[in-house]
Amino acid sequence: MSAPLIIFFVLAALAVIGAISLILQKHPIHSALSLIVVMVALAGLYLLMGAEFVAAVQIIVYGGAIMVLFVFVIMLLNAGEEERTDFSKLAKFGGLPLALALTGLLAATMTKHGASIPNPETAGALAPTRDLSNLLFTTFVYPFELTSFLILIAIMGALVLAQRERG
Amino acid sequence: MVPTQYYLILSAILFGLGVVAFVFRRNIITIFMSIELMLNAVNLSFVAFSQSMPADHLHKLDGQLFVLFVIVVAAAEAAVGLGIIILTARNRQSLNVERVDLLKL
Repeated sequence: MSAPLIIFFVLAALAVIGAISLILQKHPIHSALSLIVVMVALAGLYLLMGAEFVAAVQIIVYGGAIMVLFVFVIMLLNAGEEERTDFSKLAKFGGLPLALALTGLLAATMTKHGASIPNPETAGALAPTRDLSNLLFTTFVYPFELTSFLILIAIMGALVLAQRERG
Repeated sequence: MVPTQYYLILSAILFGLGVVAFVFRRNIITIFMSIELMLNAVNLSFVAFSQSMPADHLHKLDGQLFVLFVIVVAAAEAAVGLGIIILTARNRQSLNVERVDLLKL
């Protein structure tokens, strides 16, 4: 077993355990901390795949900004333990089998059609950040500019939604 | 080197866990977090497909760029969604999605 494979299995186990913990924790703040574990493990996997810039963005934006937003809202709303209410009949009896079937279907399709996907020949071949930024500012410059509008609208939307009504 | 299929299967498992969390949790914030988990699972398969291409392929880096765009959209979605959550919690005095039932017969 080579070293990248061992690193992969450790990080994958960390991600899956974090995701299961997100489901099982009763308190939202514990779920948020589990989600941070998943995101850091995924950043490690991106590094393993040589996507260094994506890994850095994953840590900064997901592990940093978005999760801080979540934790901030949980504390702002003083969210306590989840109260138990009855599931609908469909969710109670059909939910878990259907979710398992979906996972199985996805995994089966991936393995079936993924067999033709070539494996990367070189270990740890880094995708140069320079190439990435070249693409971003030439081929993908219009989507890139559009995202800045999207973020501007999102900022204004969040401000309008969250402000306290006067009078 | 790690086969690309392993990454894809991990991505499917994480997506399935996100679906399970989405269906079974009652807290609106946790449901929102499970959406982020599903987005992350899809990002993983994007990067896996990107790295599986040969090094001199013209569109090798496109997958990683899509991941960047997905992250931007997820950030915008988180900002607006959490604004909606604050508004809902203020109006209904509860974070339980079962209590948000005005449209229910």
